[in-house]
Amino acid sequence: MTHTGTADENERLLIRRIKNGTVIDHIDGGEALNVVKILGITGTTQEALSVATNVPSRDMERKDIVKLTNRELSKEEVDRIALISPHATINIIRNFKVCEKKGVEIPTLIEGIVRCPNPGCISNTNEPIKSKFRVLSKGLCCYYCDWVITKDLTSYII
Amino acid sequence: MATRHIISIGDFDRSGIDCLLDHAQQIDSKKYDKNALNGKILAVLFFEPSTRTRMSFESAIARLGGTSLSVGSLDACSMAKGETLADTIRVVSGYADAIVIRHPKEGAARLAAEFATVPVINAGDGAGQHPSQTLLDLYTIRQSMPIDKIDVALVGDLRYGRTAHSLASALSLYNARLHTLSPTGLELPDTLITELADKGMEIVNHDSIEEMIGLVDVLYVTRIQRERFPDSASYFNVTSSYRITPELLGDAKEHLIVLHPLPRVDEIDPRVDESPYARYFEQSRNGVPVRMAMLMDVMQ
Repeated sequence: MTHTGTADENERLLIRRIKNGTVIDHIDGGEALNVVKILGITGTTQEALSVATNVPSRDMERKDIVKLTNRELSKEEVDRIALISPHATINIIRNFKVCEKKGVEIPTLIEGIVRCPNPGCISNTNEPIKSKFRVLSKGLCCYYCDWVITKDLTSYII
Repeated sequence: MATRHIISIGDFDRSGIDCLLDHAQQIDSKKYDKNALNGKILAVLFFEPSTRTRMSFESAIARLGGTSLSVGSLDACSMAKGETLADTIRVVSGYADAIVIRHPKEGAARLAAEFATVPVINAGDGAGQHPSQTLLDLYTIRQSMPIDKIDVALVGDLRYGRTAHSLASALSLYNARLHTLSPTGLELPDTLITELADKGMEIVNHDSIEEMIGLVDVLYVTRIQRERFPDSASYFNVTSSYRITPELLGDAKEHLIVLHPLPRVDEIDPRVDESPYARYFEQSRNGVPVRMAMLMDVMQ
């Protein structure tokens, strides 16, 4: 199966096929740039990156798509995406074929991705630690100070 | 076996708390091994001023036959030179058999536990956790009544007061009903209210002490800090309406107890000290047996 074979017509028009890499599909509409941010991809990293936002979709009203050339995301990276887009699906592409297809799983603990909003938290000092959050149903709970992030998660992404 | 730490009251379930309080009661009845910490050195690292907590921990260590090792003054320690807490803890782990820490940053004790190779007890981290205070609060309540299904009033600064937060969380394990009275802007944080409600705790907000006084078994008063207000006039306006006086206690239940983590400023009229309701000095004294039980718990 090739990954273009199942793609929407509009998607094909918007983004070219990739030979090797990762396609992140079914991202909640408007969240693609946050997905890119949470994966630590900046203008200075090496990946060729394609982003489509608010693409019409059969399953969702609108979806975003991110394609990363020559980079296969690890399980830990994939699961970070669940924090902002729990319905996203990941396709690992090798030689134009979908070799692996997986959903994202919400992790129980995330490290070094989100900054604690509490200015009094020890994780916001020069200590040799990464920020750490337990993922709870009510939000993200700082492992150190118990501060709970319930909204605007993306504004705290490091 | 994993090193045992006491960082947050949330680390305990109800039976864990009950077990520790039972032990404190035994200690209070002089039924304990006075040499339990014989030959042990305990580092008392206080990076913030403290009178009661520090002295009661040092007293607890001495009563169990242990030796306390402390930093002379905050200016004299390596952290004043820019050393990280992580490095300080790694170093002190080599000098002592356990560490009691107070630090101005929230989460500092949790960090200390990550880097320590010996047990860590949190003696208060910023506006965060203060488990030994909560345990001695519960112990003091239990001396007067069974903790189960009681009505507890929290009065004062409930937003920034860490003792109130920890006590409320612990009381949720005992099916207590919470009554709150606080100045505008100093109410319990929404996240805590949600957490308590999720645990099934009933929370009733009140507008005056008169309105709640006849309903509660425990009146827990906390200090309202001057710096939370824009000027002295508004501070005095607010604090005067939250002051506990013998007259206000006229409608109280016979078995009511009044608690305060101390130090108090104007929150409780000194005339209340002589009333049968006042338990705050006893509460402060209870810090020693409760902290002895905590020390023995982590040093087992």
